[in-house]
Amino acid sequence: MDIHSISITLGLSLKVAAWATALNLLLGVGVGFLLARGRFPGRALLDTVLTLPMVMPPTVLGYYLLVVFGRQGALGGWLQSQFGINLIFTWQGAVIAAALVAFPLVFKPARAAFEAVDGQLEQAARVLGISECGIFFRVTLPLAWRGILAGLLLGFARAMGEFGATLMVAGSIPGQTQTLSIAIYEAVQAGQDDSANTLVWLTSLVCILVLLAAGRLAPGRIAHQHAQ
Amino acid sequence: MTISHEDALMQLDIDIDTTLHSGKRSFRLRMQFASDSRRIVILGPSGAGKSLTLKAIAGLMTPASGHIRLAGRTLFDAAAGINLTPQQRNVAYLFQDYALFPHLTVRQNVGFGLVRGWRNPGLDQPHAAVDYWLQQFDLQHLAQQFPDQISGGQRQRTALARALAARPGALLLDEPFAALDRALRVTLRRELDQLQCRLALPMILITHDPDDAIWFGGHVLKLCDGRLDEAELDAVKDQR
Repeated sequence: MDIHSISITLGLSLKVAAWATALNLLLGVGVGFLLARGRFPGRALLDTVLTLPMVMPPTVLGYYLLVVFGRQGALGGWLQSQFGINLIFTWQGAVIAAALVAFPLVFKPARAAFEAVDGQLEQAARVLGISECGIFFRVTLPLAWRGILAGLLLGFARAMGEFGATLMVAGSIPGQTQTLSIAIYEAVQAGQDDSANTLVWLTSLVCILVLLAAGRLAPGRIAHQHAQ
Repeated sequence: MTISHEDALMQLDIDIDTTLHSGKRSFRLRMQFASDSRRIVILGPSGAGKSLTLKAIAGLMTPASGHIRLAGRTLFDAAAGINLTPQQRNVAYLFQDYALFPHLTVRQNVGFGLVRGWRNPGLDQPHAAVDYWLQQFDLQHLAQQFPDQISGGQRQRTALARALAARPGALLLDEPFAALDRALRVTLRRELDQLQCRLALPMILITHDPDDAIWFGGHVLKLCDGRLDEAELDAVKDQR
């Protein structure tokens, strides 16, 4: 692979992982909050079902996604007929696959982070006349933010490395749906060891950078407080 | 004693009955009393339902039945379907461990209830009421500190300033001196006493310590195992 196609592959991987992480920011934080604060029947079951992507083979997840988003699928057929949108073999399909696989890594830390926030602080804000929405953004979220961020970075790294489900849903179209991890597989299969080497180094480098960023992003003030 | 129209209003009228379950244990709280004192003390051992009563007044706990009226305003009435949210009740609550926001400075904590919307007050956002209450509680030099950087007494002052800055109609105090050492307790009792006289703000204080009740005075109610000890209803000294 030449520099040009490598940079396209890297860019695609980052784009897919970024969109998957953005999706999980909304869904993962929302579900994490719901599970931490909500009291409704089936809460434990919901947690279990949403954790499944962590333990199920990615091929099974990919198959489920094909069933749901395929042309004959419940959601896929509707999207096709209503909006002319087809997600299979597109980079948006890869985003869905990556988001699903990374989802438990985001919502679980988010739930734990919300549960760790002292409920009395929220009560104090309530008595001071602050709306529920205001309490979420002024008390709960700032106190849970570190745990949520840790989950998001893990989720980003997981989305970058996604292979099985992505391959099944989005395929391996160079320049369109071929992400780094899939390109490595293709290179090894084709006996292109130089390309495989380059891509492996690149993937490792990106992962190290993400982890370094995770370390830097940790809010200094809270670390300083605990140091005292 | 002259009775003005305002004085004629019952300051606090409570009649609630509720049962709480926790696992296999259940606890029944039955409270019925009315008081027109601006200083009410609910005295009882831990587990008697004192905090629960205070939470019911603040709207943090909803009783199964009954009513709560404060200064002529119905906060809760199960029969009439009235249950104001804590936000609507306009009472202040001093939590036992103060519940200061750990991610905000003393100044931001004091200004917390004065700023509406989705954003916390800024670090240096000017606000006359915040400056006033910081000064009242001698906290100006600590304004930029975080709660875990100040002492227990300073934390309580910060919590009081935060509660009073929101201009509440009543102040609820949950064991305000339990976490303080003896010397500090004496100082803060005196401060609270003066504060109540100066602001004429109705205060409801719960404590397990009979000394607190004697010192604070007003209308003392004894609570035991979820029920008021009727025989012990005595006004120690009404300072109004």
